[in-house]
Amino acid sequence: MTAVATPPKPQQKPKQKKSLFSRLPIVHQLRQSVGLQRGMLVAGLIITALFILTAIFAPILAPFGYSQLRGDEGAFGAQQPPGGQHLLGTTVGGYDVLSRVIWGSQTAIFVIVVAVALSIVAGVLLGLVSGYFGGWLDRILVVICDAVYAFPSLLLAIVMSIVISGGKSDLVGGVFAAAISITVVFIPQYFRVIRAETVRIKAEAYVESARVLGASNSRIMFRHVLRNATRTLPLIFTLNASEAILTLAGLGFIGFGIEPTAAAEWGYDLNKALADVSSGIWWTALFPGLAIVLVVLGITLVGESLNDLADPRLRGRRAAGEESGEIAETSVVPGGTLEAGPGGLVGLEYQRNDIRDTAENDSTENRTEDRL
Amino acid sequence: MTTVATKPPAQAARPARRKRPKGGGLGRYILVRFLLIIPTIFILVSMVFWLMRTTGDPITAALGGRLSADQLAERIHAAGYDRPVIVQYFEYLGQVFTGNFGTTISTNRPVSEILTTYGAATAELAFYALIVAFMVGIPLGMLAAYLRDKATDATLRIFAILCYATPVFFSGLLFKLVFSVWFKVLPVSGRANTSSELQLQLLPDPTGIYTIDALRTGNPEVIGDVLAHAVLPALALGLLTAGVFLRLVRTNVIGTLGTDYVDAARSRGVNEFRLVSKHAYRPALIPIITVIGLQIALLLGGAVLTETTFEWKGLGFMLIEFIKARDFVAVQGIVALLAVIVAVSNFIVDIIAALIDPRVRY
Repeated sequence: MTAVATPPKPQQKPKQKKSLFSRLPIVHQLRQSVGLQRGMLVAGLIITALFILTAIFAPILAPFGYSQLRGDEGAFGAQQPPGGQHLLGTTVGGYDVLSRVIWGSQTAIFVIVVAVALSIVAGVLLGLVSGYFGGWLDRILVVICDAVYAFPSLLLAIVMSIVISGGKSDLVGGVFAAAISITVVFIPQYFRVIRAETVRIKAEAYVESARVLGASNSRIMFRHVLRNATRTLPLIFTLNASEAILTLAGLGFIGFGIEPTAAAEWGYDLNKALADVSSGIWWTALFPGLAIVLVVLGITLVGESLNDLADPRLRGRRAAGEESGEIAETSVVPGGTLEAGPGGLVGLEYQRNDIRDTAENDSTENRTEDRL
Repeated sequence: MTTVATKPPAQAARPARRKRPKGGGLGRYILVRFLLIIPTIFILVSMVFWLMRTTGDPITAALGGRLSADQLAERIHAAGYDRPVIVQYFEYLGQVFTGNFGTTISTNRPVSEILTTYGAATAELAFYALIVAFMVGIPLGMLAAYLRDKATDATLRIFAILCYATPVFFSGLLFKLVFSVWFKVLPVSGRANTSSELQLQLLPDPTGIYTIDALRTGNPEVIGDVLAHAVLPALALGLLTAGVFLRLVRTNVIGTLGTDYVDAARSRGVNEFRLVSKHAYRPALIPIITVIGLQIALLLGGAVLTETTFEWKGLGFMLIEFIKARDFVAVQGIVALLAVIVAVSNFIVDIIAALIDPRVRY
């Protein structure tokens, strides 16, 4: 075992010219981007950072508790217009809108983290096993995941939340019900991407050499394949994070939300605001809605930029030029060689096909292989 | 690499379409794709069945607490829910196969009747939404690709992301607020006002698709009313999908705009508009069509939310009503039907993609 582990290490060393910092997923792309693309990425990062900070400091920022109905001067009163004590007014249930919007970020982030973490673990494991071993298990998993993937995600989330919580939710249970419902929707996405990468990497020479050297299946899977298959994960992560917020809000809107006494949830507030709108009360709907839009916008901007930067056709032209300068190693630009991925330029080509739309089906993948 | 990847369709597509009739390629491809629908539907229907059944039997869920224990047991026995679940499962599969989705518990109507009545409304909404999505998404996507990295492109891309980032119910609420409450130009909710609804119901065998029914009455007031009701829901749902289309068209047209045959066409003096709308756009259509197929699922999910926002009485609206009534037989039926629709539409999209691009049917 140790004999297997040592040979690759000296080879890796010359590659590590770049500092660890500049190789971090987002930092790398930030340096790579130019002009408009950089603007979009930075804007996205700022919004996302604000969102995370709001969630962390919600207890300090929010003037009232999310389920607080009365202050020092008695009850807040329902549907109070913005101004005075309540900057953004109060809801039909008598809650302070601003406080609920701020507290809502905490719920959203909690659901994203739980949902995405669970689906990454499950999806990656399944994809790895399925792609590596192949056979009947692989076929069954692929068919199941395709079927689940084709299904409207909101409907699946509805069914799941009926199963988990019977449609009613309490404090932690409600948040987890929402998170698990979203998880089920996302597993197929991670599964597909990791499986496709695994199938490709499995055929690489270094995997075969590892096998010849007697490495165990689990070692090859987790050390040789998994580490090279995770390139696309940050991208799917950002895309899924925004989808998780939308799904959570959707669930909340149709009444599977988290009870207002348990946590603040934007979709639930919008549901309650539905009737207000007809009578011209705009503040109960506008602010939670804007919060959703802003957060999804921020995360999507990051995801889009990562996507474009990973795609040589879409990457800003100047950046592409810099990269090609690096290939020849004639430029004085520091940064070493082009890291196109395990398959060299072929890897990039694959990556483009994998990323352009993770939904691309197997037939198109096969076609690409044929062409190459 | 890119040129190698994208060149063949333009050269190969046209001759292949004419010469192919004898080849077993297309026929076999369609057959395989068709056969693949069956496991998909089977898995989805089974999944929904087992998931819903883990919550207990539907009668206890719907009526528990309202009936005494004896009455419940009697109802459960009468409906056959006290038999082993596996028996019920196979019975359900058999019923679904023959188009029988059971009887709702809350309203005691056959689920299939609900599906046909309200399915028409959802189909109508989805149709209008798709029109909005195509009209907005495709031209703007081409424009963004052509003016790549310019200010227009940036604005359009932000617009596309905003379309996607705005939940349909929020855009719906905003539209309602602006157009119905503040400017009072469009109706707040529903599919038609009471008087037109009455006229539509008097029609012999109505289709359930109000636009068609309204045209049949020949009454311009009714037609206008029905169309006015459709504007806001179609806009809300359509814009959601339009954002996806815009991004998709942009990405793919950028890909084809960089190819040699576009350069060749430009050097021949083909005007820029034609260059984008014909030379670059057509080869880019294949990936676009494939992904549009996958948007059907998004559209249906969005329809559930749009219908709830606008009280558009379609399948999505009813689905939420049935969930509120805890009528899981109906929920199961509607979800299963939507699964079938998604599977079938994916099949159709695959076939269209194969007809356009011979490479697909390898």
